Amino acid sequence: MTTTKGHEVPVRELDRVTIRFAGDSGDGMQLTGTQFTRTAAVFGNDISTLPDYPAEIRAPAGSLPGVSGFQISFSSTDIHTPGDAPDVLVAMNPAALRTNVKDLVPGGALIVNSDAFTPPNLAKAGYAASPLADGSLKAYSVFAIPISTLNARALEGLDMTSKQVDLTKNFFALGVMFWLFERSMDPTLRWIEEKFGGRPVVAEANRRALQAGYAFGETTEIFHARYIVPAAHLAPGTYRNVTGNEATALGCVAAATLADRPLVYATYPITPASDILHQLSGYKSYGIKTFQAEDEIAAIGAALGASYGGALGLTGTSGPGMALKAEMLGLAVMVELPLVVVNVQRAGPSTGMPTKTEQSDLLQALYGRNGESPVAIVAPASPAECFDMAVEAWRIALKHMTPVVYLSDAFLANGTEPWRVPDLADLPDLRFAGPGDGATFYPYQRDGTTLARPWVVPGTPGREHRIGGLEKLDVLGTVSYDPDNHHRMSLLRAEKVARIADDIAPLEVFGPPDGELLILGWGSTYGAIRSAVERLQARGASVAHAHLRHLNPFPANTGDVLRSYRTVLVPEINLGQLRTVIRSEFLVDAVGFNLVRGKPFQISEIQMKAEQLLGDQ
Amino acid sequence: MTDTTMAAEPIKLTRKDFASDQEPRWCPGCGDYSILAQTQKVMPDFGVPKENIVFVSGIGCSGRFPYYMNTYGFHSIHGRAPTLATGLKIARPDLMVWVVTGDGDALSIGGNHILHAMRKNVDIRVVMFNNRIYGLTKGQASPTSEFGQKTKSTPVGSVDYPVHPLMIALAAEASFVARTVDTQVDHIQKVMERAGFHRGSAFVEVLQNCLIFNDGAHRAFTDREVREDRMLVLEHGKPMLFGKNRDMGLRLNGLRPEVVRIGEDGITEADILVHDEASEDPTIHNMLARIYWPEFPVPIGVIRNVPRPTLDELIEGQIRDAVGRRGKGDIQQLLGGGDTWTVE
Repeated sequence: MTTTKGHEVPVRELDRVTIRFAGDSGDGMQLTGTQFTRTAAVFGNDISTLPDYPAEIRAPAGSLPGVSGFQISFSSTDIHTPGDAPDVLVAMNPAALRTNVKDLVPGGALIVNSDAFTPPNLAKAGYAASPLADGSLKAYSVFAIPISTLNARALEGLDMTSKQVDLTKNFFALGVMFWLFERSMDPTLRWIEEKFGGRPVVAEANRRALQAGYAFGETTEIFHARYIVPAAHLAPGTYRNVTGNEATALGCVAAATLADRPLVYATYPITPASDILHQLSGYKSYGIKTFQAEDEIAAIGAALGASYGGALGLTGTSGPGMALKAEMLGLAVMVELPLVVVNVQRAGPSTGMPTKTEQSDLLQALYGRNGESPVAIVAPASPAECFDMAVEAWRIALKHMTPVVYLSDAFLANGTEPWRVPDLADLPDLRFAGPGDGATFYPYQRDGTTLARPWVVPGTPGREHRIGGLEKLDVLGTVSYDPDNHHRMSLLRAEKVARIADDIAPLEVFGPPDGELLILGWGSTYGAIRSAVERLQARGASVAHAHLRHLNPFPANTGDVLRSYRTVLVPEINLGQLRTVIRSEFLVDAVGFNLVRGKPFQISEIQMKAEQLLGDQ
Repeated sequence: MTDTTMAAEPIKLTRKDFASDQEPRWCPGCGDYSILAQTQKVMPDFGVPKENIVFVSGIGCSGRFPYYMNTYGFHSIHGRAPTLATGLKIARPDLMVWVVTGDGDALSIGGNHILHAMRKNVDIRVVMFNNRIYGLTKGQASPTSEFGQKTKSTPVGSVDYPVHPLMIALAAEASFVARTVDTQVDHIQKVMERAGFHRGSAFVEVLQNCLIFNDGAHRAFTDREVREDRMLVLEHGKPMLFGKNRDMGLRLNGLRPEVVRIGEDGITEADILVHDEASEDPTIHNMLARIYWPEFPVPIGVIRNVPRPTLDELIEGQIRDAVGRRGKGDIQQLLGGGDTWTVE
């Protein structure tokens, strides 16, 4: 559809556009991307984002390792991923161009800050000659804009150094993009006012930069069209844009309200989990208590201590921290207290790639402790779903008196999507465990259905008792070295976690209930798998998608689902961890698809793998 | 400890109320029996209902302590008791929380936690049994074992220099630092009582004898015949005098401590240092934590006791302030906060 809008250029309507902002890590690309995202979200598009930034806070300016990117896909239809390949690339310097241009779709729009293409910057990016001049970019529509110069001109007269002026050029680029995609500047102007209201010169500079970019789009003749992506048809309700970390934090806050107990978050700073602490530490007026511990061990210790006192003891970390928490998690298994451990997975082993995503801590969560040490494991599938799964983690922990490991990852944690704000009244009641009313009290007397032990907290008169890491005598809870008792208690702890399967939703199948191929996923691969399956189904392939949110125990029908397809494909951002468990648990000869590159799967990759399997049959 | 831990009505508990039904399983003659008995004896003095008292321990012989106290108790894992106690205290400022630990538990595997629980002034009383050996693992060198000491793990002598536990407590800014001895029944009671009434991070070193693996580790200055001459019993506001005839004392010679005798070389009581446990300046406290037999008498008693807001008070205070400024937060509004849009 083409109509003429404004005085010059036609406006084209698109279903979906994917933009990547790339620049130096000091260029404010994350902020630029976030502002565009907010604007698209408030407009009503479905969105999905992928920030991609280096671990170094400020790598050498202009260098290849210092490139920071932010990809947003926004759409008028339901989307599940931030897009395989950008349609538009905004590159603020040669290094950003070099590291990102290979992903741009052929014919895609390339907007570059031509001022940054100086000989030193070109050399740092490894270009012998300027790619703007040598014809190497002719597969794309290149828009070379002297952003730094134009921006500096717009800010003339402000009491700022040239360096300060240059820091605002990202907002000039943002202004150009707002014009190109017909977006209102209002949400960002409001944000500038809120953020810099106290510093009028900074606020004015950012305002001018944004408006100058927009005006440039309007007056320049280099663009031949503008694009509009209409609002998506989302389910009715109030929406906001959330990252996975935000949704995780909010889910835990909601769980505490639903449980009518205080939330204590004890943690140690670690990428990519730290934002959960930043967020929760700002919720003091909501009664949320946060504790920045001296190390990962102290963090989970304090969380368990808080749970022992009757609060929702929460800790959060990433892989290396998870390794340190293992012993205390074992204690939590032994004392059978509710506890949620958030692991925002990142590429490992060891320090690995701290800012990059991976799904390689599943076996650690399942088996990474001494002794027979079962814990429940849940995993959200998308940023917005982090809220639901955080509530679910607490529901399981509180009802079944068990530690729960919640496996998020860097992609979920930093990616965003629209989240329909729930009504607390529609969420489950989490007021379970209490001191019990029986005349007799034994610390390890179990609930007949769940096998949960009573949660009797200090301060309860007449029920003083001792717990700890030594084996407990069944029912009485005193220390016991009896061989048969240890065997019985080991079975009871396993059975208690296994029975959670009776209390969780069955595994749902998207697509035919049986057939050629089932793609089984868990965690953040959801979007790519679902999109690939939609494409394959649209072409008539016998393909279904099932996504596990509960990794221990599995939903009761999991085995039946897996056995209903000729082939089961398990794509994972690890070397086959869920596949290993599936094979041993269900004797299903699942096929793996495993890429560990620190980044999410692309839809096309999963689609190709599925087509290959379908073709083989 | 906040006021809410106090019983509304004065309660009259006795030592027996604090003894659990579990038979202690330490070696016969272990110093831990004495510490347990004296702790049970002073507990009623605090006027805190026993359900509001929690003993948390780590691993080692000291770790068994909570099983023998008829209060709430948590026998945790090696070195980590302060972390659980900290979380518990954050969640439940109303509870009186004790940590029972040993020299290996507190100063080796749990060293980091002791450091931070103290500096954060967590309202917990850490009682560290110092027998200068690993007992439960059957006799390896601990961080307080003497240099050159022969143990199972150091058959030709330890090559490690020992730490000074109270200096660590002071360096970590513990707001209450004390030392006592397992064999001095009255003194343990006094120190435990002071620690119990203190609000904030209290660190109490109890010199404790391990009959099996390090017998007599403290005997050189704790034996009945010599202790008055070889230990300095500190009392706030009193001169640092010691000796059977209380004629020996500690004074400063320039920047160095020095043992002097009253009446010799014109020394009078006026020359002797006067103990000020409440001094903000820790210089003298550091000196008292450092001096040791045989160069000096071993100081026992409360070395430092200064008031400071506790971690739980500060956390609660920030919440109160935030609620005062913005009102009590509404969770439903929080969920729906930020930039939102509505789909009809």
